[in-house]
Amino acid sequence: MASPGVVQRVSDWIDHRLPIITFMQHELHEYPTPKNLNYWWNFGSLAGIILVIMIVTGIVLAMHYTPHTNYAFDSVERIMRDVNYGWLIRYVHMNGASMFFIVVYIHIFRGLYYGSYKSPRELLWMLGVVILLLMMATAFMGYVLPWGQMSFWGATVITSLFSAIPLVGDQITTWLWGGFSVDNPTLNRFFSLHYLMPFVIVGVVVLHVVALHTHGSNNPVGIDTKGPQDSIPFHPYYTVKDFFGLGVFLIFSAGFVFFAPNFFGEPDNYIPANPLQTPPHIVPEWYFLPFYAILRAVPDIWFIDAKLAGVVAMFGSIAILFILPWLDTSKVRSARYRPIYKQLFWIFLADCIVLGWVGANPPEGYFVVIGRIATAYYFLHFLVLLPLVGKLERPRPVPTSISEPVLKGGGVRAQPAAAKPMEKA
Amino acid sequence: MASTHEQTAASPHDEGETRRDFLMLAAGAFGAFAAGAAVWPLVSQMNPAADTLAASTTEVDLSPIQEGQSITIAWRGKPVFIRHRTKAEIEQAQAVNVKDLPDPQTDAARVKRAQWLIVVGVCTHLGCVPQGQKAGEVRGQFGGWFCPCHGSAYDTSGRIRLGPAPKNLEVPAYEFLENSILRIG
Ligand code: HEM
Ligand code: FES
Repeated sequence: MASPGVVQRVSDWIDHRLPIITFMQHELHEYPTPKNLNYWWNFGSLAGIILVIMIVTGIVLAMHYTPHTNYAFDSVERIMRDVNYGWLIRYVHMNGASMFFIVVYIHIFRGLYYGSYKSPRELLWMLGVVILLLMMATAFMGYVLPWGQMSFWGATVITSLFSAIPLVGDQITTWLWGGFSVDNPTLNRFFSLHYLMPFVIVGVVVLHVVALHTHGSNNPVGIDTKGPQDSIPFHPYYTVKDFFGLGVFLIFSAGFVFFAPNFFGEPDNYIPANPLQTPPHIVPEWYFLPFYAILRAVPDIWFIDAKLAGVVAMFGSIAILFILPWLDTSKVRSARYRPIYKQLFWIFLADCIVLGWVGANPPEGYFVVIGRIATAYYFLHFLVLLPLVGKLERPRPVPTSISEPVLKGGGVRAQPAAAKPMEKA
Repeated sequence: MASTHEQTAASPHDEGETRRDFLMLAAGAFGAFAAGAAVWPLVSQMNPAADTLAASTTEVDLSPIQEGQSITIAWRGKPVFIRHRTKAEIEQAQAVNVKDLPDPQTDAARVKRAQWLIVVGVCTHLGCVPQGQKAGEVRGQFGGWFCPCHGSAYDTSGRIRLGPAPKNLEVPAYEFLENSILRIG
């Protein structure tokens, strides 16, 4: 009988000095969330959970890994064969990177479909793009650590991208390598940065969530919540939905970890790095393929050689996401009410998949042509179609409130007397 | 405007601001300089260290290499291609109209002795090692080397002829010593 009182008093004592309990209560329990979120809204919290899983497995791997060209490959093999559960921890980390990108790409395309990048969520979106860039850098450097053939040649090709920069390109590449080729100094610094970057990501995720909680989640209808009748508390309604999604997702990931752990990998990475022999066909990890295709697609343009033009196009393809909120001129957020944009969305998704397929194949024959068309369309979508469609398209009528489509005829109209004053509140 | 009043009132104030501005600027400039000086070692430490710079010559004996054969040796962590060119390969390299090349260079400017072609075996596109050293490897349509990564083709002088690579294969600094010894670096 007395114990709840004690707990209550201790938590009050803490909360009076460090209002952490009020904070949690506010952000997780009361936090009003649109009541119509569908399963595509699960992927944000999933991404956060994977980030934690990556950090935990990574720190454990680092206890056994040796960042030296002579020992790195063997230390990873030792993790696989001798360290207790080393195989499991490494396979979780390895497949975790792929899962992270699957989840984040879905999360991004969700945002594209429902117009989540539009006002007032531009900074929220831009912080997301920063997270994507940091994830790419982290995953790229992580892939170098096992020091297999793909590690080495992937690192060589990607760091050589910087040599395309006019005038100072070669100096920058030497600076990145700490030598005249990818070698031990490169491996050492990549390990150091691979350890650091996930924590930088955590920092940006915190900002991302602060920005999210400032205006709340967008929703499938894409209109603002108009009052308490449109929202429900995050806990327990969305905690339980997120947990259910997590369960499904963990089953999916465990399928890879236990039954096809090398599904996403390249067999060549189980050959120790050899600086004198490039594998006949080098490809990056699947999550970089569309960008790799863009890199290779661009021919000489006027006075810019193909090498520089390709690098600019590749970085541009991500940078363009930063200005997306201003390229899309439509006031309507959700594609549900934008008949033309909805089709463009699916075409764009298909275009990205085509780019990925081209990136996985050697740059010969018709792959070159398809790669160029798909690259051109990628930029056309953002730079021409989105600004124009926003102006030309006639959106379908948007419901007056979130409740209306949910309650078929609408909570608002069903109880006009009760809803009217709330709308004003 | 009420100019006289404002000016008399403002001028001593203005002078005070100028002095403060100067202090602000001077302190700011020193601060920026100090920050730069503190950051520089952190940037510079990433450049090649002294031992990396020192380990940079290699010697090879050329006598066992037959005409038409090639060998690959490691120099500064990179492959160097040494090809003992045949008559036909040399003629092919010299016959090219230099003006038509993406990176114009005569064959004579790229070799010290016509039968020995010595180039760094790193594709000038994104750094892969081109194929064509071993018997049976594809050499591309110009008989030199072919880079499998993005399809650059080099000729028998190591010059870029086709594909995304912008430059010819680099010719390292080298010297022929006595007794058919070659020193690279
Ligand atoms: C954003 C989160 C992270 C991502 C996306 C990521 C990604 C990767 C990838 C793709 C690999 C290569 C796996 C392989 O092919 O073997 C890797 C390896 C590695 N990572 Fe991470 N990582 C993350 C966080 C961390 C953290 C926080 C650490 C802590 C030090 C860490 C330590 C390691 C180590 C030691 C390896 C080499 C062992 C191995 O190859 O399995 N990682 N990482
Ligand atoms: S690295 Fe040789 S063609 Fe790209």
